[in-house]
Amino acid sequence: MKVLLVDDEDELVSALAERLSYRGIDATWVNNCLDAQALAELNDYDLAVLDVKMPKMSGLELKRRLQEKRPAMKFIFVTGHGSEDDFKEASAEEGTYYLVKPINIEVLVARMKEVLAK
Amino acid sequence: MPFKLDIVGETGLQFYGKMSASMSHEIKNVLSVIQEHAGLLEDFAVMAKQGGAIEPQRVSTLTTKIQGQIERANGIVKGMNQLAHSVDEPVKSLDLGQTLTLLVALSQRFASVRGVRLEPTLPSNAVTVTSSPFILQNLAWLCLDFAMQVAGNGKVVRLSVQPAGQGAQLKFSQLEGLGDKPAETFPGEQEKALLQALNAEVEMRIGEIVVTLPGDPTR
Repeated sequence: MKVLLVDDEDELVSALAERLSYRGIDATWVNNCLDAQALAELNDYDLAVLDVKMPKMSGLELKRRLQEKRPAMKFIFVTGHGSEDDFKEASAEEGTYYLVKPINIEVLVARMKEVLAK
Repeated sequence: MPFKLDIVGETGLQFYGKMSASMSHEIKNVLSVIQEHAGLLEDFAVMAKQGGAIEPQRVSTLTTKIQGQIERANGIVKGMNQLAHSVDEPVKSLDLGQTLTLLVALSQRFASVRGVRLEPTLPSNAVTVTSSPFILQNLAWLCLDFAMQVAGNGKVVRLSVQPAGQGAQLKFSQLEGLGDKPAETFPGEQEKALLQALNAEVEMRIGEIVVTLPGDPTR
């Protein structure tokens, strides 16, 4: 499983990538949307885990841009907000999951497998 | 609805709600970072039990990072507390340097999401006015919110305070998107109501917004 993690919280996303690697998941992390798009040009990720609120571009907009490059890529959103609106916006799009921070890594791994099994 | 809030009260509630939501979001981010660091420590413990070698330096680095996040959360909670206590007294003597510092602390997340850098300059000597702490903080936020919208390509907002006669001025400058044409949306009804409540004035100049506050509006 090849995963791209995007969150502007460096410490969070780097630690998460390392923890996923200990669970057999090949996770690459970036802290901004531009780098995420550049990496997606070069690599065929199965799945991207995106923070909803990031500087300059939302996770939802990033998803649309990544999908243009990689139509088969699947997505999971994470956010600290946990608002009803965020949930409706993210879950309204087919094939996406929405997790509220702090994330339980075992739940995240289970969701990743679920999303990719679809 | 059997009652109607006045515009100052309604604006104040909106401001308080927006700041509370932003700061609670920031605290959630901090908790998430701490959770991942704690999770890594747990992973290391599991690996050690299975005979894996763990570098003490990695454990030490993680604990330092956790302490850093606790400091960060402490700063956020301090800001929340200061904002909450700003309603304790309707009018009091205020150090505008502290008002500016709190404004920047409250607004960093909003600035970051917009890709704007805030550059505050604190005065070397205290600049004080007698005013409403909460209404002034609210007005300062609305000015900064607009300033960030018109920051232009430079994406920088400079903030400063300075004495002006018996009162003081709060300045938002280097606004590349604020030309010589009058802004259509600023000051709006909310800003005008707060300016009136504070007996203050706002002046729009090329590249800057200047709020002039009286020394003591009750005199």
